[in-house]
Amino acid sequence: MKILVFVKQVPDTDDVKLDPRTGNLMRDGVQSVINPFDANGVEAALQLKAQCGGQVVAISMGPPQADDVLKKALAMGCDESVLLSDRALGGADTLATGYPLAKAAEKIGDYDLLICGRHATDAETAQTGPIIAAFLGIPQVTLVDKVSVEDGYAVCRRLLPDRYETVRVKLPALITVCSEINTPRYPTPINIMKALRKPRAVWNCADLGCDLSMVGAAGSPSSNKKIFEPPKRNTATRFFTGSTEEMARAIVDTLEQEKIL
Amino acid sequence: MAKEDYKGIWVFAEQENGVLSGTTFELLAKSTDLKKKLGGTDEITAVVLGKSVSGLADSLFEGGAERVVAAENDNLEQYSARPYARVLTQLCEKYKPSIFLFPASPQGRDVAPRVMCELRTGLTADAIDLDVDEDGVFVQTTPNFGGNILSHICIKERRPQMVTVHPKIFSPLPTVKGARGELITEKVEVEADECYAVVSTEKRVFEGKPIANCDVLVSGGRGIKSPEDLEMLRELAELLGGELASSRPLVDCGWLPHEKQIGQSGTTVKPEFILDVAISGSVQYLAGMQNSKCIMSIDHFDGAPIWDVSHYGAVADYTTLIPAVIAEIKARKAGK
Repeated sequence: MKILVFVKQVPDTDDVKLDPRTGNLMRDGVQSVINPFDANGVEAALQLKAQCGGQVVAISMGPPQADDVLKKALAMGCDESVLLSDRALGGADTLATGYPLAKAAEKIGDYDLLICGRHATDAETAQTGPIIAAFLGIPQVTLVDKVSVEDGYAVCRRLLPDRYETVRVKLPALITVCSEINTPRYPTPINIMKALRKPRAVWNCADLGCDLSMVGAAGSPSSNKKIFEPPKRNTATRFFTGSTEEMARAIVDTLEQEKIL
Repeated sequence: MAKEDYKGIWVFAEQENGVLSGTTFELLAKSTDLKKKLGGTDEITAVVLGKSVSGLADSLFEGGAERVVAAENDNLEQYSARPYARVLTQLCEKYKPSIFLFPASPQGRDVAPRVMCELRTGLTADAIDLDVDEDGVFVQTTPNFGGNILSHICIKERRPQMVTVHPKIFSPLPTVKGARGELITEKVEVEADECYAVVSTEKRVFEGKPIANCDVLVSGGRGIKSPEDLEMLRELAELLGGELASSRPLVDCGWLPHEKQIGQSGTTVKPEFILDVAISGSVQYLAGMQNSKCIMSIDHFDGAPIWDVSHYGAVADYTTLIPAVIAEIKARKAGK
């Protein structure tokens, strides 16, 4: 079985600020990590490989430093990695991201299962998986918290707000996974060493055979018109002050006035 | 086709087992507002898919739709992505809407990207506001980079301009009993997805009441120091007849399950009363609770964004204040 797992590099922080002078994001000193849900995707791929045999290829798109997340995926146990890196790919929206990733899957070929995280923690669009599946013309199962493979089908349990839904999907298919599916393993020192010797490809648009009108900012139907800090809402807050006991009494008085108690 | 040839605002009327989702009506309400801002000529259409769904039209008219397109086929009885996406794509090609809004629900987020991909247009994810900006451009507001920054996204040239919209941001319009409009029933041709079958469903069982349905919530955030402190908040929630909830960090570290998370990637809540404890208030968190009726907060930092939405508050150390509040409530209950 050939499994392709898509991983994204995201900032390891909730605390990105705007430069008040330029209005640009201040990225200095912000560490990058593998999107946590993608780490669940890698783990799911490795567990399926352990059961069914086969090969796991990790794929990412981004500037050369995005290779760090692929090294992590290899150190966890993936067999190969592919980095899509080309200046022409920069500034892409979700459509122009899904397209080259789907082209990469086509170039690798013979895939059985594609795995993405349920969403990335930076932009939280949850679109890349379904878009890759749409470009490839294969079915998708989103929000999966259990998966097994048998006789050319994947049996997936979806974690929905009110219910679990078990779906039997014919391979090849794409799934997106929740954090509930597993606990990602830590790379062992031996696997970190081994990772250095694994095949690592870097492909540009020409390698992928991309239509250049469909990638990067030029191929993106949607764009960022403006970024800004949230406007202050300025609800008049009545602050309780005094000693802890005085504040506690004022809070409970308010709970009574508001008929909560 | 020029973008000017695409007209009207469409809302994907999400239904399961013949019941329309609440967000459908929130989107119809927002469409009415957008229509005004766009000059008043765009017709508001609700599009509903299923086996036999034209009976849902009346409630859509009563919720603000001027026209309903009901696409019917036996193969649409149960949702699956590919047949639904195929039909929605065909309908967009036929009717050419300018704007197409979807609930940012599991179903909306599953189907909309495939439609967008077929139409080669843009799809803004999980918007928390929709507006027409000073240039007359339809813009969608999304939080970004973990929550302290907002973006205005626009889809300049391609049509329709597609958006998934976060639930419970907008309020539905008051129902206009007897309101009617144009109903178009489309008997569509679509194959079932032979590759995709729902083989079973199982209702999820939760500890406590779902936080979306609670009148009273006590919510803990990143500043909560230990699971023991969280138990203290649970005790307070129980004293108030409510449930314990939290912002994202406590779920990320495994102290609470995901269904207790308030915020954009969790649940949107609108209780009568919410007490936020040690929560600074990221954009995502605020988006998930800002419409609560009475908001009280306790945080040690007087510059936190949570104060922008709080009606009452105390700048204090929760580790001493919460036990004092619990003691005070118990004393008053005992005295009664």
